[in-house]
Amino acid sequence: MMRVTLFGTRGSVAAPGPETLRYGGNTSTVEVRGNDGTLLVLDAGTGIRRLGAQIPPDIARIDVLLTHLHMDHIQGLGFFDPLYHPGIDVHIWGPASGTLSLGARLTRYLSPPLFPVHLRDLPRITCHDVPCPPFDIGPFHVQTSLVCHPSPTVGYRIHAEGSAVVYLPDHEPALGLRDGRWLEPEWTSGYDLATGADLLIHDAQYTDEEYEDRVGWGHSTYRHAFEFAARVGVKEFVPFHHDPSHDDETLDRLVGDAVQRFKPEYVVSKGCEGAVFEVGPKS
Amino acid sequence: MAHPIQIILTRQLASYLSVPLFLVDPKGNLIFYNEPAEAILGRRFDETGAMPREEWLSAFTRFDDEGKPIPLEDLPLTITLTKKRPAYKRYHTRGLDGVARQMEVTTIPITGLQGDFLGAVVFFWELSE
Repeated sequence: MMRVTLFGTRGSVAAPGPETLRYGGNTSTVEVRGNDGTLLVLDAGTGIRRLGAQIPPDIARIDVLLTHLHMDHIQGLGFFDPLYHPGIDVHIWGPASGTLSLGARLTRYLSPPLFPVHLRDLPRITCHDVPCPPFDIGPFHVQTSLVCHPSPTVGYRIHAEGSAVVYLPDHEPALGLRDGRWLEPEWTSGYDLATGADLLIHDAQYTDEEYEDRVGWGHSTYRHAFEFAARVGVKEFVPFHHDPSHDDETLDRLVGDAVQRFKPEYVVSKGCEGAVFEVGPKS
Repeated sequence: MAHPIQIILTRQLASYLSVPLFLVDPKGNLIFYNEPAEAILGRRFDETGAMPREEWLSAFTRFDDEGKPIPLEDLPLTITLTKKRPAYKRYHTRGLDGVARQMEVTTIPITGLQGDFLGAVVFFWELSE
């Protein structure tokens, strides 16, 4: 079984405050735990600080899987306690660019003047460039694929015990669709990665009206996300990467309206900070 | 199997251009062409779908200013597919509609972030004399 916990659900910039208490104000961070205690951390938004504070000191290895290097997905990295723990190996996976490795790209943030500590001075960090052939981390089999979002961005598909969790927090698969008509699967960004997922965590940042002025910014509307989830045939869908301007009341309404409008055949679960999903057989 | 994101985005871009554009996979099979390119090929993409390399290249005859046929190995697309670099040539074509056109043809490789060769785009520019 995979235990998936949302530590940060917000997109673009942290949005803490009394009006975002339920859905949360931290930016993208998701914990995936295996039965054997193997720990994956998806993205290093501001939610990773709290996640890091809960990790037992006797853990030997943590893998942080970055979808891309926009600030809302890496801003918490420097505040992730295990990075400074000499007994923990931290493996960071994320996209290289055409000219720079992941490590070189991260150094732009983890170095002065943006940050006081150099990446190279942290004790036990190993960087891995993605996309790459599928790889295994403990019981997890991980697939990566570049997806539609400005700058190199990947999505992750994590398999364990016959079940799959797919994480596509920043994704605009509907970019350029004419008259809103989806193309065939082979022409749909993220299709292979997400098809048949037991749990899909997917970008749902905008309303239709907001999207009109934000085409090409790399994000989905509720309509796009619900239609994408239907096309790839997921079992459960979590709208994610909430726009910082959307308070709890607005998000409740957006999710409710979308369910009424699109009548999904899959389960829709709210993307609230602290939400836990158990995926796969319970052993 | 889904196309790489670079190919998907190229198709999206092509569908918004008025420049005739053909999109091929690493073997030269035609996987998409836009509406302006339909006029050159003489057939609509909705009708043909993807086409094997031999089929779509045989839809054109190619010849130089003196009417001599241009061998396949001298075509910009062949050069791009074999050498994975841009190529250019000016020549005449006759498509399925039987009309002769003088064309400038430019081909550009689509190479991924890690140097993986994903296909090529072929731009046709008709010269009006």
